[in-house]
Amino acid sequence: MEEILETYTATELEHVKVWFKAASTKDFPVDGGACIKYKDKQIAVFNFARLDKWYACQNVCPHKMEMVLSRGMIGDDKGTPKVACPLHKKTFSLENGENLNGDLEAIATYPVKIENDFVYIGFSE
Amino acid sequence: MFIFIKTHKKYVILRIFVSKYQIIVRMKTIIVVGNGMVGYKFCEKFVAKEESKNYKVIVFGEEPRPAYDRVHLSEFFENQDAKALEMAPAEWYTENDIELIVNERVTDIHKTTKKITTAKDREFSYDYLVLATGSSAFVPPIKGVEKEGVFVYRTIEDLEGMLDYASKLKSKNANAKAAVLGGGLLGLEAGKAVMDMGLEPHIVEFAPKLMPRQLDSRSSQVLQLKLESIGLNIHLSKATNQILGDKSIVGMEFGEDDVLDVEMLIISAGIRPRDELGKTCDLEMGVRGGIVVNNKMQTSDESIYAIGEVALYNQMIYGLVAPGYDMAGVAVDQIIGEAETLMPEEIDMSTKLKLIGVDVASFGEPFMPASKGHSIIFENKTQHLYKRINVSLDGKSLLGGILVGDATDYSMLHQVYLNGMAIPEDPAQLILPASEGGAAFGDVMDLPDEAQICSCESVTKGQICAAIESGEATDIAGVVSCTKAGTGCGGCKPMLADLTNATLKSLGIEVKEGVCEHFDLNRQDLYKIIQVKEYKTFNEVLDNHGNGGHGCELCKPLIASLMASINADTANKEYAIQDSNDRFLANIQRNGTYSVVPRVPGGEITPDKLIALGEIAKKYDLYTKITGGVRIDLFGATLNQLPLIWKELIGHGFESGHAYGKSLRTVKTCVGSTWCRYGMDESVSFGIELENRYRGIRAPHKIKGGVSGCIRECAEARGKDFGLIAVEGGWNLYVGGNGGATPRHAELLAEQIDNETVIKYLDRYLMFYMRTAKPLQRTAAWQERLEGGMEYLKEVIIEDKLGIAVDLEKEMETLVNKFECEWTQAINDPEMMKRFSHFVNSEEEDDNLVFVPMRDQKMPEPWN
Repeated sequence: MEEILETYTATELEHVKVWFKAASTKDFPVDGGACIKYKDKQIAVFNFARLDKWYACQNVCPHKMEMVLSRGMIGDDKGTPKVACPLHKKTFSLENGENLNGDLEAIATYPVKIENDFVYIGFSE
Repeated sequence: MFIFIKTHKKYVILRIFVSKYQIIVRMKTIIVVGNGMVGYKFCEKFVAKEESKNYKVIVFGEEPRPAYDRVHLSEFFENQDAKALEMAPAEWYTENDIELIVNERVTDIHKTTKKITTAKDREFSYDYLVLATGSSAFVPPIKGVEKEGVFVYRTIEDLEGMLDYASKLKSKNANAKAAVLGGGLLGLEAGKAVMDMGLEPHIVEFAPKLMPRQLDSRSSQVLQLKLESIGLNIHLSKATNQILGDKSIVGMEFGEDDVLDVEMLIISAGIRPRDELGKTCDLEMGVRGGIVVNNKMQTSDESIYAIGEVALYNQMIYGLVAPGYDMAGVAVDQIIGEAETLMPEEIDMSTKLKLIGVDVASFGEPFMPASKGHSIIFENKTQHLYKRINVSLDGKSLLGGILVGDATDYSMLHQVYLNGMAIPEDPAQLILPASEGGAAFGDVMDLPDEAQICSCESVTKGQICAAIESGEATDIAGVVSCTKAGTGCGGCKPMLADLTNATLKSLGIEVKEGVCEHFDLNRQDLYKIIQVKEYKTFNEVLDNHGNGGHGCELCKPLIASLMASINADTANKEYAIQDSNDRFLANIQRNGTYSVVPRVPGGEITPDKLIALGEIAKKYDLYTKITGGVRIDLFGATLNQLPLIWKELIGHGFESGHAYGKSLRTVKTCVGSTWCRYGMDESVSFGIELENRYRGIRAPHKIKGGVSGCIRECAEARGKDFGLIAVEGGWNLYVGGNGGATPRHAELLAEQIDNETVIKYLDRYLMFYMRTAKPLQRTAAWQERLEGGMEYLKEVIIEDKLGIAVDLEKEMETLVNKFECEWTQAINDPEMMKRFSHFVNSEEEDDNLVFVPMRDQKMPEPWN
């Protein structure tokens, strides 16, 4: 199952080659997330309205390899924006993907930009 | 440098750091015989002394385990967890350099050579010998007492034997009866054990009253009424002639035609000191047993001490833990040379305990001759209440008293008595209910510093306050761990809590119990704030009362639940702050798919609806199972399938079962008088009514109900948050039960009430729980921690002591009237429907799902 993780690698803004036009901003809940599909990838996208920021990361939780993170609740851990997995409440930083309440592998995060009310996710391939 | 210990001679070369000097010090040996609570306490007090390192301590216990808490023995029946009763684990002895030898009885003492012999024929030398052999159950010489099924109530092994025997009995006869011989303190405890074992309990007492040592006849009558009302059968003034039966007991014979059929008997007729060792080595003994000690706890041989229930001090055996602990302390000090510590002349025999949920307390001089003072008695038999205080002739001091049914005043009265504090001009105020002219008397902070708060551990108010003032302890748990207060019988805990909180308050320290890093407020505070300020969104609450953050998975669902409890919102409102299950109105399963549970009120379902469920399950290929709450659960639905499935279910007349919410799940019912030949009332009809009444309401945790049509209790109503059992003349209403990790039987709130009253009380109860419980606290845990316990709950729910009953009912009425099926809401709103798709930019489903076949159905691929 772990091979799923290899599909996802953290992508820095300077390595973005493709800005994938995912969906309208209205398709995402305020201060919540939803999942988008890009090629064979599932990406969780979060509209962190309280911070006026958008975040994207892999949808698969590295704990049990299930495609669920987009359905998790978001919030902050002492100021760090985070998502909590709906299965076992493992929490991950939305900024660098780090597991905040355990020692799981960090999740891959992706850059997001908003243009004309559309959400774009940056990929290196 | 080296250490050299030769075990039996005890010559030790101590390691000296200073220089070349090596001093040979003869290390003295203390042997403690007996490892019960008092023997353990001796060790604990001893190792706390600086001087203890000059001694070697060896402890002998004949039981196979380290010392355990016998005071709370009846708890063993609730959890059967012997470990939980341990005073300290076996490692404690090693850590403190104490040699613990269990399973080996000491058989002889040789006073002149200062040696003991054990049952394994080993010999050990001592410098000091401490006898803490305790007592054994007194078995009266009744004919037939050796028969199978006759037990004593003393050790964990006794209890295990009883449990074994009881389960065999029950498998043969579900209505088997068991008797307890002895209506004293321990006998009534044993009576509770019989109830917990599921046998019909009978108490047989020789004296004309219960707890003859602690209670007067009137209080005994009140206690008897109360105990009978909860199902205990009491037989007073009964002298048992013989125990009937061939091999095993089948009954007890009192008089010629006076026979009680029982298949098990537990003897709890008092204690006898385990003083055989004293006899064999010729120590001075009491006429009726016990080893005579002086106020240094020394026996007639000055190297031999006796403490606890084996010691006869002032011609008395003290069967309570507190004096035993004091004796241990005196012996420790005497041995290390603090000669001024002596046992006091008068020993406080006050006791407070909860017997089968009934408070019983007596303190000071409970029975007092009229020549010594006046008694003030308050009695209310309908409520099973009795209070008596004895006041000196001049009316200035409190001499003693008895409390049955409600012992909330005990701690304060006991302190007033112990410290000789002044009492009000009209002493009746000390015991009268506040509404009848009684005044709240005495604040913990008014007590003198030397007032003993915990008598088991001799901890004074001053010591407790000092622990908090020095910063050593910052909460109750801290106070307990640094002073040991509250670790004995636990009776002082409420006072300890009051004192800790009052002291913290006096220091200006706020007791924080916020729900998470984003709120310093607790659930109850947030409840009030949201209610008063009428907040409608999470951000309003966070911005106005939070700590400046953005919320998290703890506070978001909590506030969602509170707003739902207060405003009757469904989970469709502000769905991003809902817990994942509430957000998608389904239970997330291992692989991220969901399960679907439609409501089947009371478990009643038509064949057509049953067929519809089957067909829908088949169409969507869902794994199907009957749940623990006797509903039908359909597993393996993808997010995209959820609305499609629900559209069909709603089309067939189903609605959401709220299996995903912290809300009412199901009201389980037996078939009741509609069909059952034993049924006393229509349990199904009433179960349906209740389920429909409380469906959808959001609470701190899930709520389950049960309604049984008769006392056979097929609906297991007493294992639910609320349970009803039909009896002659109405329903018995039980509250606060649950299964789960810590099973607990619901407790009786009201008896023989009609449907309307059930609903009235339940509305109040549930609403009161919803207002005041902690997050994710089930009713059982809430009720257990409710200060004042069941009595307080009855006062609030039935007597409306707080004057909030009307509000509670009104709030519940609003919730009931505003109910709306959230699935119906969702499938009729295209905006809401958007939530139920795996991708926002594709119609596809999650391609990561893998199912494998299992017993003609399917399951998610196992996790590795």
